[in-house]
Amino acid sequence: MEEKIKLLQDCRVLDFTNETGFLCGKILGDLGADVIKVEKPGGDESRKLGSFYQDIPDPEKNLYWFSYNHNKRGITLNIETEAGKEILLKLVEKTDIFLETFPPGYLKKLGLDYAALSKINPQLIMTSITPFGQSGPYKDYKGSDLVLTAMSGFMSVLGDADKPPVRPTLPQSYVWIGMHAAEGTLMAYYHRGMTGEGQHVDVSGQAGVTWALSIAPSFYDLNRELPTRAGSFITGRSITGAILRAVYPCKDGYLAYIIYGGPAGIRTNKRLVEWMDSKGMAPDYLKNKDWSKFDIATVTQEEIDQLEQAYMKFFKTVTKEEFFKYVLENDMLGYPLATAKELLEDEQLKARGLWQEVEHEELGTTITYPAFSTKFSSIACGFWRRAPLIGEHNEEVYGEIGLNNSDILRLKKANVI
Amino acid sequence: METTRQVFDGINVVEFAAIAAGPVIGKHLADHGARVVHVESYERPDGFRQNYPPYKDNKPGLNRSGAFGICNNNKYGVTINLKAKEGVDLAKELIQWADIVIENFTPGTLKKLGLGYEEMKEVNPNIILLSTCNQGQTGPHALHPGFGSHLSSLCGFTYMTGYPDRFPCILYGPYVDHIGVGYGVIAAVAALEHRRRTGEGQFIDLAQYEAGVQFMIPALLEYSINHRVIERDGNRHSSAAPHNTYPCKGDDRWCVISVFNDEEWKALCKCMGRDELISDPRFKTIPARKEHEDEVDQEVGKWTSRLTAEEVFKKLQDNGVKAGIVQTIEDLFADPQLKHRGFWAPVDHPEVGRCHAEGPPFAFSKTPFKIDRPAPMIGEHNELVFKTFLPAGKKAQRRD
Repeated sequence: MEEKIKLLQDCRVLDFTNETGFLCGKILGDLGADVIKVEKPGGDESRKLGSFYQDIPDPEKNLYWFSYNHNKRGITLNIETEAGKEILLKLVEKTDIFLETFPPGYLKKLGLDYAALSKINPQLIMTSITPFGQSGPYKDYKGSDLVLTAMSGFMSVLGDADKPPVRPTLPQSYVWIGMHAAEGTLMAYYHRGMTGEGQHVDVSGQAGVTWALSIAPSFYDLNRELPTRAGSFITGRSITGAILRAVYPCKDGYLAYIIYGGPAGIRTNKRLVEWMDSKGMAPDYLKNKDWSKFDIATVTQEEIDQLEQAYMKFFKTVTKEEFFKYVLENDMLGYPLATAKELLEDEQLKARGLWQEVEHEELGTTITYPAFSTKFSSIACGFWRRAPLIGEHNEEVYGEIGLNNSDILRLKKANVI
Repeated sequence: METTRQVFDGINVVEFAAIAAGPVIGKHLADHGARVVHVESYERPDGFRQNYPPYKDNKPGLNRSGAFGICNNNKYGVTINLKAKEGVDLAKELIQWADIVIENFTPGTLKKLGLGYEEMKEVNPNIILLSTCNQGQTGPHALHPGFGSHLSSLCGFTYMTGYPDRFPCILYGPYVDHIGVGYGVIAAVAALEHRRRTGEGQFIDLAQYEAGVQFMIPALLEYSINHRVIERDGNRHSSAAPHNTYPCKGDDRWCVISVFNDEEWKALCKCMGRDELISDPRFKTIPARKEHEDEVDQEVGKWTSRLTAEEVFKKLQDNGVKAGIVQTIEDLFADPQLKHRGFWAPVDHPEVGRCHAEGPPFAFSKTPFKIDRPAPMIGEHNELVFKTFLPAGKKAQRRD
């Protein structure tokens, strides 16, 4: 059997990102790159965000840090000192990819922007991730998950119609940005392989999250219609303007079920009615319904309301697990509203080998993580190491550029590393 | 005239794919110079061409779909009936021509048509096949059909969106499909890089479900370590306050403000002309503001409702407070920053007229994206692809 290889094993990445860019470096690490996460001495501010291992507020126990910094080595470096700058320039000589999330202009002030670094290493790829981009009227504005969810338009289609718009409670914008940054970075890396040419990649968080809007912009673009938030309903499926319920309460939680047309949608509705009928809960109008004439694109709100009323009553008698089992067995569209608990128990994810037990020897325990999700026939993707502790690989990495232990001690005392 | 090299110049892509998850991967490759052929048939056009509004002027028609348009700009459209033997033979010619095949049928469908990975390798030993589907190519639920809206719920996103005293809110459109697209682009480029190094193609099995799980990792750790399920909590944040949406002047206009430390709180109070709030013990620290969060929100809301969302955004950002406008899609089309990045790329479609494709979220300094053609009409490029692209083979590879 052919052995899979680590695709990026000869690729060195310096990762100066904060929480808005962690995922980018992680993905490169998943693909085998030697990613070195650089923090300021004492540790990155982002280690204070979110929740902690066993609720102990310790920067070495931050769960967001754990989530998106594995497959990276970790060093500390203060690039605002002369000695720190020198070390950085030395590291850059042997770096393929430089990832950063500083405000636009910051690196230039230090003489460390793409123009300067590419003189030392013309093949360097620099990926800069900021809320709005490196240039333009908003370039100096700050972002947070809430700000990016709002400015990207994503929030305008989330939430109940009679309440203020909402963001998903688990931040999503940073992972969108990190993922997109990985796409752009890999494209630039491939281009470099083809031509020998490095370049600067300018990632905009706002533009990145806009992709989470899916096809919504086309409603405005074509017809000046404005998709807006509709709570647990979906809009835009019928040209009559009918809105369709997507979330139903069930016995022990919620289900996602949507009345669709097309072959799969009609099959789903028919089988649901059969199921209801087997429990004596299908009204006559449902049993007698001619689904072959059902057209979701022209259906009226009245017809939808009638259907949903009967479905609502039935779903309240069903558990999430019963529903999941039934849709799987009967080739129907619909799923329960899962939480982390159900994800970890899911048969499919288990059978696919998604979960990996990773040792955290510093905590004396193992933690379950999802592996890199894409399965390649020839590229090895793995979970090579847990997220680094603060300065965990200082000796190792600085040793590689010729610094000895007494240098490292001296630099530490001077607060350079 | 000198033309700039694009990242995927010389790369040929064939899509046996429909709706969003497969085609948007190809769209990103096309934006960066790949020649992408989107295969459909008159018997089974892309699902986004029918059953899915919007249609231009609300008149249904195979060439009037906005959803298809936004997922397929800069591609070539061909029709092949894969149920006919001649159709399969023609598809094989395309596969021979291609560097990458992208497909998002239910697992096993292509194989049944005689177009599985093994058959593809027979005609093109170095082909990259990227299969993306709902649950993955293997496992007990592999064959289960699913749409993105459902999958967003199975992944856990729906449960975590909305207010605690209301039903969860569904995320817009096929949310998880688009996460799968990002991971699909990553996979396609990784496979191209692998081929550049080794000359070999490969098979890629991408489950959109598993891609979605990547966006859930903190919630998974929170549950498996601290035994807590993350509950939907409106716009609140465990360690920031104020952190919410606030009403502004106008009809259904909103802004957001997020304050992560006391410096930002001071700046916000000054912007509101409420210096006395800075020393108010109820609001002095984040824990204090969290404890009196409803009062904080009330004070902030009183101020924002007298201003437009744009005024709040500018005033606060100019003073270092993280604030934003809840932009509608109409706002996005007028957004000066997106305009500056050339995000909305105008294209002229024969039936739809002037419409827009979306640019990538990243800008390259040396290999810019190029969006200059609308999504193809059904079968629009049959002649060009079958009579010109195929006979020319892999040469003549610069995009037209």
